[in-house]
Amino acid sequence: MPIISYRDALNQGLAEELQRDPNVVLMGEEVAQFKGSYKVSEGLLEKFGPSRIIDTPISEAAFSGLAVGASMMGMRPVVEFMFWSFCYVAFDQIFNNAANVRYMSGGLINVPVVFRGPANGGTNVGATHSHTPENFAANTPGMKVVCPATPADAKGLIKSAIRDNDPVCFMENTILYNMKDEVPEEEDFIIPLGKARVVVEGKDISIIAHGKAVHTALEVAEELSDKHNISAEVVDLRSIRPLDEETILQSVKKTNRALLVEENKPFCGVDAQICFLIQDQAFDYLDAPIGRVSAVDAPQAYSKALETVQLPTKEKVLKSALQIL
Amino acid sequence: MEGLHHDTNLEPTGKLSKQNVESETSVTANESELDPKLSTDSEDFASAPINSQLSEEKKIELYQQMVQIRRFEERSLRAYQQGHIGGFLHLYIGQEAVAVGSVSVLGEDDHIITAYRDHGHALAVGMNMDECMAELYGKKTGCSKGKGGSMHFFAPDKNFWGGHGIVAGQTPLGLGIAYALKHFKKKGSCLCFMGDGATNQGPFYESLNLAALWELPVVYIIENNGYSMGTAEGRHSAGEPLARRADAFDIDWKVSHGHDIYEVRQVIDEAVSRAHESNKPSVIEIVTYRYRGHSVADPDQTYRSKEEIEEYKKSKDPLNLFKSKLLEEGVLTDEKALEIDKAAKDEANASAEFASASPYPDPSELMDDIYWETDNPDKRTSEGRIFFEQP
Repeated sequence: MPIISYRDALNQGLAEELQRDPNVVLMGEEVAQFKGSYKVSEGLLEKFGPSRIIDTPISEAAFSGLAVGASMMGMRPVVEFMFWSFCYVAFDQIFNNAANVRYMSGGLINVPVVFRGPANGGTNVGATHSHTPENFAANTPGMKVVCPATPADAKGLIKSAIRDNDPVCFMENTILYNMKDEVPEEEDFIIPLGKARVVVEGKDISIIAHGKAVHTALEVAEELSDKHNISAEVVDLRSIRPLDEETILQSVKKTNRALLVEENKPFCGVDAQICFLIQDQAFDYLDAPIGRVSAVDAPQAYSKALETVQLPTKEKVLKSALQIL
Repeated sequence: MEGLHHDTNLEPTGKLSKQNVESETSVTANESELDPKLSTDSEDFASAPINSQLSEEKKIELYQQMVQIRRFEERSLRAYQQGHIGGFLHLYIGQEAVAVGSVSVLGEDDHIITAYRDHGHALAVGMNMDECMAELYGKKTGCSKGKGGSMHFFAPDKNFWGGHGIVAGQTPLGLGIAYALKHFKKKGSCLCFMGDGATNQGPFYESLNLAALWELPVVYIIENNGYSMGTAEGRHSAGEPLARRADAFDIDWKVSHGHDIYEVRQVIDEAVSRAHESNKPSVIEIVTYRYRGHSVADPDQTYRSKEEIEEYKKSKDPLNLFKSKLLEEGVLTDEKALEIDKAAKDEANASAEFASASPYPDPSELMDDIYWETDNPDKRTSEGRIFFEQP
């Protein structure tokens, strides 16, 4: 199986769906001529032309709403946000219009639109460019939310998201763009939304994570195994909504311990929901309180010295794991 | 600008450029020197080709539609006052010629979208009173199954895309509809209606920029009823007319009167033709007036006088004006007008009875129409839990 980067995997997934369906278009700032701010769309303009790969002005409210309107008419637009942080100036279009039109029309109208781009801290760009809005996107009925952590998932999930008939918020990570791994080549390779993955099997503790936190969890699992003789299971949620509750519960019922790790902020973060789920459905299986490590509850800081302690570090996650073991 | 813009309770701060004011008043000037962007009362719109070609039946139908909208809304107001309708009820009474006139020039690939004052547009595209009244009553038989309410009527089968609650929130959507028409290579257009208040929201300008930049066949129709909720135009907008703001984007614009349906048809037909022929957007400001509050629950006497409302009703009521014209033209008789009025009242009353007799949606229906996937479980491709609390 070819080993390619998360960036190239997204590029492949986009290209295959653009090829498959003439109603798919990709639009956003710098996606065409500039080849994408993070080069995710490199080569697509040459392949599909300017009517399919569209440079927009810095005008998120207009092009997000345009995409919603076009999707109501039967197109399948993919909107790239240079950063998900920029969705805030298009909030009304995404969370009022895209998420509600189907409901308010009594099911007469579909909105098959994908909003995608990076949503992460940790890159030294300060508070306004480091938002992780997966929790409040998932708090919106009508919306689906995906946070791929690996190249293969990035490809398989972007393809599913584009084919989906509901609006999907697809949240990537700039730090993962260069990460390389095996990615299937087959055109029919897709990963369904709402399907978690047990990345590493274990029996003593379940570390449940999404996005880049999955990789932190894997490092911790390795150290637990190497230095503490503890077998940790790592579960990658992959999708936030729909949520694969079954895989989470199965894992916790097996290991009897749960540690939740995310780069989302803590208050009403995604893991608050996962925590409720576990105590509600697996309370009697727990041998210890549920552990939780998230981003520090402060706006994302610019200074590296501050930012490095802001996101869940391996040390912090390890400490938390040992506390509940 | 007298006659084109509202007298508001504060003096407008902005004035038209000298050039435009002069051109408007230069009625004796050579026609080529007139500013074609500002209509004058002296223009004869009835004899414009788009209107002179109308059959007598079609003219009567247009009048009938305007009467139907008014009687429907008057009936809905009664139902609101009786407690059958909750929430907001934004009535269109006074503005009927705008929706009816605009929709009447459209073809099969022309689409419309509007804001929350949407009953007039809904009836103008051919939605029936029953489904609309039932929606207001929150009934299962409503056009949105009772989930949308007054502000959210939709009929995609009639090219009507809503019914949107947030001021100017529909302006990028209208752009997207036009974008899709161009993508699908249709010779069509999207009329995106909005109020004067919406012209001060950012997404409108972002949309104008893209409409011009990408040459999209969208027609923004500013139904300027003089008030952004309870704030008069002179207190909410700098510079006039509002449509002139389109100049910044090199978009063709025009200001016209909304009390004369013939004028509305003429100006919208021009804009739609421009969209069809060259994929070019337009901004059309139609000066009109609403007789009721922003929403019927709002006090109406704090920001305008009863006299102002009465004066408009007396001199510019679009139904009365059109009726008079049709009587003059010999198209309509007083008897026929009474008959139309009675039929509209009967239809509105019947729709209220229909709504009243219709069942409310079942609590289990709360979860329908959220995701396409959960409404089509046999075609679902995703896995996992999608709803986290249900009735």
